[in-house]
Amino acid sequence: MSELLLKVRGLRREFAHSGGFMGIRSGSFTALGGVDVDLMAGRTLGIVGESGSGKSTLARCIVRLTEPTAGSIEYRGEDVLAMGSADLKKFRRRVQMVFQDPYGSLNPRLTVGDAIDEPLRVHRLGGRGQRADRVVELLETVGLSADHRDRYPHEFSGGQRQRIGIARALAVEPELLIADEPVSALDVSVQAQVLNLLVELRETLGLSMLFIAHDLAVVEHIADDILVMKSGLVVEKGKAGEVVSAPKEAYTKALLAAVPGHWPDPAPGS
Amino acid sequence: MANAVLELESLSLRLRREGRTARVVDSVSWRVARSGSLGIVGESGCGKSLQALAVMRLLPRPAVDFDGGQIRVDGTDIIGLDAESMRRLRARRVAMIFQEPMTSLNPVFSVGEQIAELLRERMDMGRQQAARRSVELLDEVGIDDPARRARQIPQELSGGMRQRVMIAIALAGEPDVLLADEPTTALAVTVQARILDLLDSLRANRGLAVVLITHDLALVAGRSDEVAVMYAGRIVERAPTARLFDRPSHPYTLGLLACRPRIGEQRRTLPTIGGQVCDAFERPSGCAFHPRCPFATERCSQETPALADEGEGHMVACFESARVRETGVWPGV
Repeated sequence: MSELLLKVRGLRREFAHSGGFMGIRSGSFTALGGVDVDLMAGRTLGIVGESGSGKSTLARCIVRLTEPTAGSIEYRGEDVLAMGSADLKKFRRRVQMVFQDPYGSLNPRLTVGDAIDEPLRVHRLGGRGQRADRVVELLETVGLSADHRDRYPHEFSGGQRQRIGIARALAVEPELLIADEPVSALDVSVQAQVLNLLVELRETLGLSMLFIAHDLAVVEHIADDILVMKSGLVVEKGKAGEVVSAPKEAYTKALLAAVPGHWPDPAPGS
Repeated sequence: MANAVLELESLSLRLRREGRTARVVDSVSWRVARSGSLGIVGESGCGKSLQALAVMRLLPRPAVDFDGGQIRVDGTDIIGLDAESMRRLRARRVAMIFQEPMTSLNPVFSVGEQIAELLRERMDMGRQQAARRSVELLDEVGIDDPARRARQIPQELSGGMRQRVMIAIALAGEPDVLLADEPTTALAVTVQARILDLLDSLRANRGLAVVLITHDLALVAGRSDEVAVMYAGRIVERAPTARLFDRPSHPYTLGLLACRPRIGEQRRTLPTIGGQVCDAFERPSGCAFHPRCPFATERCSQETPALADEGEGHMVACFESARVRETGVWPGV
């Protein structure tokens, strides 16, 4: 039996409606209304839901980019919410994120080599020479090459930028990768390449993964287990195959029905 | 088919960059009739959005400009039309909606005011009539409580509702054709399906012709009468939708179908189309797809296949189409 890596209980997050337009609205909005998550080491948990379902807030709370208003988060039995800055820095070496927007998440003024080197420098992982070797190794791990080191993000396609984002996340050798809509901004053929890369890395590096997406077909492809979120709550969870073949909740059924493209397989030789 | 409301004939567009020119859209022909719908599918950079901008005469000139061919609206070529005629055409005949509704709406005016302004300009309506009609339009595009929503500003609406507002704005001039460029990409899946349902009902009820431009072949399944698959500026396959999915005959179409994950299948590795889309200035010789094509032969790197009619409205630009159709699956699936 593998170890419970991540245990989230009763996680809540409310946002105050300070703004709206010129302060028209007030009150608060519940992004997470009490969410439980269990992730076993080595497993991939898919979180599916639409915009506004709270799935990204959940991810941000887990790495403490957003502070939850209530609930608990344990990582390998340690209380994540009680961590001070030194412990938090160590924790963030073990848990890394990949974001949706490969355009917005890379600094346009840093070369790709410097972008991947940055987390190594921050976490003081090796001297200059060692780090340079590691950058090349990481580029190759994600299907790029040493020649790409001195180029800038704008010189790359969306799929390549997402590979760079993945290399950056892998630089510190994390145990858990949290991927928030990592392929939804990409063309379908490039999506397939990035999904394959994630599957391959998960296996070769023994990564655990939280994979967040709105497309149930994509989540089912990559995840062992699925958690369906709606309006800040978990409405259904189970093994990936079971959730898509025998959904229990009306909302899961609606999500399934909305997956585009129920086309018949072409008949070979017809 | 005399009733085509919009027809492209051998339309070519050229791109100028650093003193060089390349064709980014090359001899593309298609047509769409009243109540009809055409899906144009291809990846980033294949020229699909530029065609729509060309129809609207909103090309980013001089970087991209016309390079031959015709765009006919009800039989009249619009490429040479003067600015005033074009303005009328955009107001009343051909409308376009874009991927990101937020950037196309004015953040400081209520959506009702924005629609009413267009109605007064395009339809010569008075203030009160325009206000009434804007609420009706919001109702027609499926927005609940339209009178209240009309008074709200874009920020107060969800993404799906904003896209509905964009459709309402596009419909304000009662156009014959709607060009929808990735209209649902930024939306949640269930919202996506409802927006596409709305476009379908507008076709049925108002005779609107819809051109749906997307990178996702799955999206046009069951939504369009006809699909054109584009690669590197050219149509490589065009067929009635059911036929395209039943008998895909271009390797690129097979590849696009194969690489999308589908519910309930147990594939650990998704098939991929190797390599990447070519740059317009580095177009491979012969068939532009040949370096990525598992069916390619010597001939494919030397000669360019023309888009040939294979019967029943199925057009394919591939020397190996018979073998592709026979195989029916992307190698490695």
